[in-house]
Parts: sequence; C-alpha cells; structure tokens
Amino acid sequence: MNIQEYQGVYVFVQQVDGKVAGVSHELLGKGKELAQKMGTQVTAVLLGSGVAGLAGDLASYGADRIVLVDNPDLKLYSTRPYAYAMCSVIEKYKPAVVLYGATAIGRDLAPRVAARIRTGLTADCTKLDVADDGTKNLQMTRPAFGGNIMATIICPDYRPQMATVRPGVMQKIKPVAGAKAPVEKLDVVIPESEKDVQILDVVRKESHKMDIQDAKVLVSGGRGMGKPENFKLLEGLAKALGGTVSSSRAAVDAGWVEKDLQVGQTGKTVRPNLYLACGISGAIQHLAGMEESDVILAINKDEGAPIFEVADYGVVGDALKIVPILTEKVKAAIAARNK
Amino acid sequence: MDFTLSKEQEMARTLFRDFAEKEVKPYAQELDEEERFPSEALEKLRKYKFMGIPYPKEWGGAGCDNLTYTICIEEISKVCATTSTMLSAHESLGTWPIYKFGTQQQKEKYLKKLCTGEYLGAFALTEPNAGTDSSAQQTRAVPEGDHYVLNGSKIFITNGGYADTYIVFAMTDKSKGNHGISAFIVEKNFPGFTFGKKEKKMGIRGSATRELIFENCIVPKENLLGQEGKGFPIAMMTLDGGRIGIAAQALGIAEGALNETIKYVKERKQFGRPLAKFQNTKFEIADMATKIQAAQYLTYRAAIAKDTQKSCSLEAAMAKLYCASTAMDVTTRCVQLHGGYGYTREYPVERMMRDAKITEIYEGTSEVQKMVISKYALK
Amino acid sequence: MNIVVCIKQVPDTNEVKIDPKTGRLIREGVPSIINPDDKAGLEAALRLKDSQGAHVTAVSMGPPQADTALREALAMGADEAVLITDRAFGGADTWATAHTLAAALKTIPYDLIITGRQAIDGDTAQVGPQIAENLHIPNISYAEELKVEGEYVTVKRQFEDRYHILRAKMPCLITALSELNEPRYMTPQGIFDAYREKQVKTLTRKDLDVKDGDIGLKGSPTRVIQTFTKSPKAAGTLVNNLTSEEAAEYLLDKMKEKFII
Repeated sequence: MNIQEYQGVYVFVQQVDGKVAGVSHELLGKGKELAQKMGTQVTAVLLGSGVAGLAGDLASYGADRIVLVDNPDLKLYSTRPYAYAMCSVIEKYKPAVVLYGATAIGRDLAPRVAARIRTGLTADCTKLDVADDGTKNLQMTRPAFGGNIMATIICPDYRPQMATVRPGVMQKIKPVAGAKAPVEKLDVVIPESEKDVQILDVVRKESHKMDIQDAKVLVSGGRGMGKPENFKLLEGLAKALGGTVSSSRAAVDAGWVEKDLQVGQTGKTVRPNLYLACGISGAIQHLAGMEESDVILAINKDEGAPIFEVADYGVVGDALKIVPILTEKVKAAIAARNK
Repeated sequence: MDFTLSKEQEMARTLFRDFAEKEVKPYAQELDEEERFPSEALEKLRKYKFMGIPYPKEWGGAGCDNLTYTICIEEISKVCATTSTMLSAHESLGTWPIYKFGTQQQKEKYLKKLCTGEYLGAFALTEPNAGTDSSAQQTRAVPEGDHYVLNGSKIFITNGGYADTYIVFAMTDKSKGNHGISAFIVEKNFPGFTFGKKEKKMGIRGSATRELIFENCIVPKENLLGQEGKGFPIAMMTLDGGRIGIAAQALGIAEGALNETIKYVKERKQFGRPLAKFQNTKFEIADMATKIQAAQYLTYRAAIAKDTQKSCSLEAAMAKLYCASTAMDVTTRCVQLHGGYGYTREYPVERMMRDAKITEIYEGTSEVQKMVISKYALK
Repeated sequence: MNIVVCIKQVPDTNEVKIDPKTGRLIREGVPSIINPDDKAGLEAALRLKDSQGAHVTAVSMGPPQADTALREALAMGADEAVLITDRAFGGADTWATAHTLAAALKTIPYDLIITGRQAIDGDTAQVGPQIAENLHIPNISYAEELKVEGEYVTVKRQFEDRYHILRAKMPCLITALSELNEPRYMTPQGIFDAYREKQVKTLTRKDLDVKDGDIGLKGSPTRVIQTFTKSPKAAGTLVNNLTSEEAAEYLLDKMKEKFII
C-alpha cells in the first residue's frame, strides 16, 4: 500500500428520509479543519436514492466537494449495500481519512468497511488532531473502560485512516447560505450477493420532543427526583427556559423516562449552554456525557455528591422544593425582560 | 492445608451472592415488617434449583458438596435470615433424613420432589414439654393394622403450614425411653393433621413458625422412616448437619451486618470526620472482622467434615456455638456503631440483631452445643 | 441448529475507580464478568436451545483466565466451550481480533453467530460486524428482539429514533443489545458440571489458518500511542444551608450572570 497515494478527508454523510444527520454537519466542520492542516480538501460522501438535492446543504456546512452515489438499493440503510458503495468510493478516490458519525448506522457500517478494505478504525472519537511530527497522521482520541480513561490512537501503516466520531462533540461551522460545491456522481451497481438482508418494516418511534443533543438548555433529573411524576416539575422549568428534559441512567433504568433522554457513557453526549442537574449524584458514567456543557448547575441533597465536583455552581438542597420556585422566578424574570 | 475454595465453589459463591442481592435482598425488610413468608424467593430458589444442592443428581439434587450448600446459606443470610431459615430447614432438616434413612420406595415417592423443590420439607421434634430435653416426647404413635395413629402436638416448627412433608418424631414405646422414639414422614394432607397458631417472634419474623396438631392422624405403615425405635439417633444425626446450616446462617448475619456498618462508617461524619477515621471504630471493625474469619473457618471445617468424616458432631457443635455468639456480638456492636440511626428500622442492622438471637437457641441451644463439645473434650 | 456465541471476559467497569492521588485506574479487586451485551446474546441462544433444541457453543478469545467466563457460559447451559488463546494473539486491535475469531469460527459448525454489540472495556462495537465480513456472511447489529423460523432470522434492529424489522437467511451474525433479554442465573449443578463433567476446548495459533502478519499486535492496523485519565474539571462553588427560596434566587442569579436568561 502506497500511503502517499491516499489524499483527502472524506466524511460519510448519514441521511435518513432525505434529512442530513446533525453529526454529519459536525464532521464536515471538523473535517474542514483537519483538511486545512493536511493541505487538502474535505469531501462529503452522500449515499442514498434521490438525494442529489442535499448537495447545497452539505456545501453550506463546509463540504469542498461531494461524491454522490445515487442508487435505489441505497434508499434505506442496509449494511452490505452501503458497505459495498463506500468501498467503491474508497477504492476509486483513495482518501487519507474517512470519518463517520458514531451512530447506530455508523458503528455498523464503518467496521464492515474497515474489515473489507483491511484498514484501521477507531471508535467513538471525541478528539481528532493531525500529528505535527511530519507524518501528518490522524491522531484519534477516544474514551475506553466505560469512560474511565482516554486513549489516543493512530493508524500509521494503512489507509484510509477511519474513525467513528461521537455526535454532539465536534463543532459545526456556521452554515454559509447559498454555498456551492462540485458534485461528482459515482455509478455503483450493488451485486445481488450483497443484498441479503430484507427490510420488512420501518417503524418510527413516537417522539415530538426536542432531541436532547440539539437543546441549548437541559434540565436533567436523576434518582433523587424520587418518582416519575416529579419529572413534570423539570418539564415546567425546561419549558420556561426554552430547553428540554434529560435524565441520568438511573431514571431510565427505573423506567421513569425513555432511553432517548439518557445522558452519559451509554446514553448521549450533550453540550448545551446550560445543564441543570437535579437529584443526580454524578457517577462517572454520567459525567462523561455532560461535562463539556458550558455552564453546569447542580441541586442535590447530598453535599458529597460527585456532581458538585464538575458543577460551576452547586446548591445543597431538595430539588423537589427548589425547582418549582425557580420556575416561577425564571418566568417572572423573562416577562420583566420582555417588557 | 489448603484454605482456598475450588473453582466450582468460588463460582457458586458468586452465583449465590448475586442471587441474594437481586432476588432476596429487595424483600428482606418487607418480610420482617409484615411477618410474611418468603414466597417470591421460594419460587426463584425452585426455578434455579437451589433446593437440593448437596444431594445427588439421580435424586434431582445438584450433585454439589456440603460446603457449597453451606456457602449458599451463608450468602443468603447476609441479606435475609428469614429466607435462609426457610431454605435450611427444608434442605438440611426436611430432606436429609429421607436421603439417609429412607427406603427405595420412600425416596422415589418423596426425595426427588424435595430435592427439586416441588415439595417443601420440614422437621418436627420440639414439643411444649420437650425442648432441650428432646427425649421427653409425648406425641404417641400407635400401630393399627396397615397404619399408625398419631396423637399429640409439636411447636415452633419452621415452614409449618407451607411444607408438604414433615419428619415427625413420636413415641412408639414409652417403656424404652430414647429407644422408643420413631420417625415418620407425614404429608400435609394426612387425615387428622392440622396446624395451630403461628408464633409472633422477635426475629426471623417472616419465617413460618407453627404448631402442628395430630388428632388421630392416620400415617401409613410405609411412612415409618428407619426402624421402629430408631427415631432418636435419626433426629440427633439430622440436627448435627442442621447445625452447620445454622452456623452458616449466623455467620452470614454477622457478615451482612459488618458490610452494612463498613459502608455507614465511611459515609457518616461527626466532628468533621467520617466515623471510620476514629480509632474506636477501627478497633471495633478489627475485632469483628477477626471473629467473623474464625467463625467462617469453623463453619467450613464442619461442612467438609460432614462429607468426609463418619461423624461431624463435634465440628458442627463448635461451629454453631461460636458463630451464634459471634452473630450476637457483631450485630450488637454494629447497631451501636450506627448510633441512633441503627436503632431505627430504616437501617437493616436492628433486624439483623433481632435475627441473630435465634441462632443461639434453635436446633440445639448454645448450652446443648457445650454439652456435646465437653463430652468429647473430657474423654 | 448450531449457534455459536462469542463472549468476552471483561473487568466490571462500573466498579472501576480512579485513584484520586495518582489519577490512575485502580484495576485490582475489580471482578471479571461476562460482558453484559454478550451475556444477553448467550441467553438468546439458550432460549433457542430451550425452544428449538439448538446446540450452543460459547467461544472466547482471551488470556487463559477467560476460561472462567466460558465455564460460566457452560454453567448457564451452553453445550460446548472453546477458548482461543495464544501469546501470538495478544495486543490485537479489533481488525486482528475479528480476523482471528473468524479463523476459529471457520473450524466450528454454525448456522447463527451471536456476539454482543460492544464490550464495556473496549466500547468499540466493531468486532461483530468485522467477524461477519471475514466470514462473508450478513450481519444485523443492535438486535432488540430476535426470532428464528426455519432458515431465517428476524430481528428488530434498533436505531436512535426508529427500528427496522430485518430478515436474513442463515448463516448470519447478530450483535445483541443487553436490552434483548434478562439473562438467566447459572445453577449450582450447572457450575459443578461445567468444571467436573465438561471440557473447555483450546485453540492456539497452530490450530488456525492465519498468517502471522494478520494476528496480534503485528496484524493490527491501529496502535495506541497514549492513554491518560481525564483531568477532573476544576471544582466550582458549592453553597449550603439556604432555604429553598434562597437557593432558587441564587440559581436565577447565576443564570443571569451567564446570560442564560
């Protein structure tokens, strides 16, 4: 393998139902930054059926170039057809780096591609850098051991260097309205032997809630909330602040809230402007999911709770009593400001 | 002398510990408050085949050794003595006599069902006038044709009312004293067999402790266990094994109390420091940890003796004597270390202290154990 | 039907703590367990054994002490166990691990292979799909529900905001989520039989058809250059002994300070 032959930072664009996933925008932003350091460009790889219209969106989020594989077999995500298409792209264009979102799709697709091409894949990265030792190798940093340690990994002898990246960590660029980028179409015929899993049904989970990873304000509850009914108090405060409710794993395991609200190592990573932890002790697995929040406030009865070690401001007290009072004060303050 | 457990025994301990934490502990306080029989645990103990651990596979048992069974009682007792009482009365007292002394027909009829847990077993020796003086049996069994007629009563019988089979001791020949006592397998639904009141107790409050009443109870001749007149040695040998179970129970209670207390003294602060930083706390913990270790070795030694020696009476008596007194001592100190909170029912240590007391009394009082030990020591 | 379940022995990372003085991971005294996602996969296989008489083989690649995890699998009800172990396999990343496991699986008859979605120490979720690629069979990841009917496997495949119902013909590979089921306990008899009646078969380097350049550290395209524990965020301000009214006022002030409001 001639490493020098491989150039360019490529980003697998995850689209579902014709909508580009937030993580792909984040990766275009990060990809652009990496590409600049490597003296190259960032290319968006778009797989799907009838998705050519997304090119503008990808350009506005930073793609210098788009490679499009438009094929009816790619309408819905399926492991082997998508892997086949990605491998075709990689074999043709020989990118130095390929990034995927560490989603239920990316974490299934990327390993299959890496195994087929025989190259390295690093999972769930939270930090990406370019080595300054002359090699310009991609340095991929990720949590391991349940989030207890961080490891930095390189793939020095194989190409492309691939990584799945945790959603909600990298920064999107501010979208440039009307941006344009050249689109190169690649025709790929998916062999029958790759189409070996039938999709019998697609069922969307009912959810009219804001995705916690998109929220700017999160009011989060844990075991200290006592019972599921008390989460209504948090909803009230979240609404007043224009945010949404999230939770620790304890509340999800107890069946009080749905898993899509879970923040933490096995839940979602969030970086809101404000994270208000109510009745959450702050186990390390939880901190892993929210400690990059801009401002962390915490309320807990136990002054020894680990959450206070990451909170910017902490109050020892009963969230069940404080939250309703705080909600009224917030409403009053916002009303006063709007006069 | 190798003090390590085998890999199987270690893995079995992990299983029992896991099971106790997840399936038994959540109910412990409720069973005590409501004086309720541990039916949920019983269902799971049956499902996961914990009901015949030391008995051979051919009889539906798990084919393990006595030490493994002992560890099971220990681990369950750490979280709930009520549940371990039910299990050890069934497995040591209610099942072993049939395994050891039963005829082929009796084993086929009862042993498999007991080992798989389909039947719950019990053991009925104690009477209103025959406690430590167990040979003063007044329940009579009179032979009549193809059956015996039993008259009399038993008290303080564990699993009474819930058990399907009862090993009942009765006098078949009063003139022969100890040699006139016989053992019978009595089924719950034999005519003339009813249950009296359930005792209200200081501890192990969820355990069903009941009076058994025999009024012209008809027991088929085939249900005589062992020979006529050989009931007393059956009772004594059964109790030897049962004592190891009670030693394990007392050991588990002490360990459970110590575990809770260690957690508490690390968290609770007074005078600006956790209690664990004070020398008194440290010395108390050191004392308790050492006694528990000694208690554990005596218990395991007895468990191994049961499998490898002709008689384990001495080892069992020493283990029960020492473990019971350790349990009383440790639980009392643990309540003390918890201070006021330890006296409330919000913390489990007061229950453990109440539970510990029975281990100095049933299946032979500590005084009886001393009688056994001194007999050997003074030879 | 032959089912092979891949399990990994992992430290219970929920119990791992960081030494506050040195900032290092405290690994001593941390119990080893069967990885939770894998245990769910094993339970799924055992349910198919109960309902359809499937033959279940548990397989693990690891150091000699992984034997304990395989005994646990036998004690839960697996019919056979295979340990793939050799110093030559050490230091493998997911590519080399999957390649080695696949080579071992080629020597074992299978209709269905079940792995866990991810291990709680590595957290990569890569090995399952990579084994499937090495064996050229389909894989369905993130299985929330699993059914076998005849030659087909039907899976409820989890995504963040939806699920797919997928069907594949065997042989194929499924990665299991711990949500798939509640694994059974071992039984005391199962444990004693696992150690006294059953064997754990061992496969070493010489038993597998692999090249040296494709296994262990040498065969790993990725390399760890550094590990570190995260430095804790600087502690903030903690206030105590406020009434609920005062506490709410304090929090409101801070929100205003930080321009949240």
